[in-house]
Amino acid sequence: MSGKPLFHYDEVRGRMESVRWLLAAAGVEYEEKFIQTNEDLEKLRSDGVLMFQQVPMVEVDGMKLVQTRAILNYFSSKYNLYGKDMKERALIDMYSEGLADLNDIFIIYPFFPPGVKEAKISLMKEKATNHYLVGNKLSKADIHLVEMIYNMEELDANIIANFPLLQKFLQPGSQRQPPLDEKAMEKIKMIFKF
Amino acid sequence: MAGKPVLHYFNARGRMECIRWLLAAAGVEFEEKLIECPEDLEKLKKDGKLMFEQVPMVEIDGMIMVQTRAILNYIATKYDLYGKDMKERALIDMYTEGIADLTEMIMQLVVCPPDQKEAKIALIKDKTKNRYLPAFEKVLKSHGQDYLVGNRLTRVDIHLLELLLYVEEIDSSLLASFPLLKALKSRLSSLPNVKKFLQPGSQRKPPLDAKQIEEARKTFKF
Repeated sequence: MSGKPLFHYDEVRGRMESVRWLLAAAGVEYEEKFIQTNEDLEKLRSDGVLMFQQVPMVEVDGMKLVQTRAILNYFSSKYNLYGKDMKERALIDMYSEGLADLNDIFIIYPFFPPGVKEAKISLMKEKATNHYLVGNKLSKADIHLVEMIYNMEELDANIIANFPLLQKFLQPGSQRQPPLDEKAMEKIKMIFKF
Repeated sequence: MAGKPVLHYFNARGRMECIRWLLAAAGVEFEEKLIECPEDLEKLKKDGKLMFEQVPMVEIDGMIMVQTRAILNYIATKYDLYGKDMKERALIDMYTEGIADLTEMIMQLVVCPPDQKEAKIALIKDKTKNRYLPAFEKVLKSHGQDYLVGNRLTRVDIHLLELLLYVEEIDSSLLASFPLLKALKSRLSSLPNVKKFLQPGSQRKPPLDAKQIEEARKTFKF
């Protein structure tokens, strides 16, 4: 047993990708056991290791944790990515939850029928572009931030180098999953039977 | 100024009810400013008080908080209802999220088109009986303690009590084959703060009837 966390999920972004990002940013190695067939999923269920019969599930520190937020919160606390006190945590939770709302749409929009899919894409764009830094409307803070991002990219097109671990995660060959293609979507439908 | 928390939401359970429950269970008095027409909601938005243009919003300890889970996490931590360490918090979070999934399905019934309602209720009953209640009965059986986590009251006991009451509203026979959950429900209901919240006249919100849902639809255009 390697002692590294073990991820159980299918070989796509879905609800596990946020956890992959988090551990990548924390510089924590983990292993993954991919669910490739419906039988793989049913085996996990019959082994009784999925509290609500669902994945993601992560084996870590003697626990078999399910529920994405439980997993994210645990790793955030463990690797000191959750602020220094209750009030910082409140802000972190607020921002994280707002972004999770957006991610929830992003995860499933490819599965919607054509008309609905376009509506979801518009909704995501609207939510993404209407997030502001202060007071829920455009202010100088937002403008300065955008300006600085452009300026810093001029200095160094590889601005992400400021986050070396994330930069590593963004390289080919990392554990980051690609966007869904038709083949991946069919596989998901087969595994989860819908 | 350390005044009472102020809750901003519609006169309904929705996404605020779990917050009302948690504050009540913690013995914390709170005020409510009810949103009764679209103009009320527009004013909150214009005043820049809703980070994502949404309610629930709670004014507490000098913060203007939105996002149900953020608010619940803060209250739970403040009133020591979130376990004693990281590992207890992990269990609490895991159980809480499962409860939230089922509670969400039940809350969505309010906005469900009438022709889909029967199928949705059947699905809820199935998941309740075959997925969620067995999972929590198993937890209680595994340690034989009076509370779900850490042998003392935490937020997740309150979240589960709230859910069990909704399950009972849908079909009281659903709880029949879960003796430990029934016992937990009784025990929690007799805790002084909970008992008080269960009395008529408390800030607990009733379910909406069909007429009220129709009116809300017209008023808020959904």
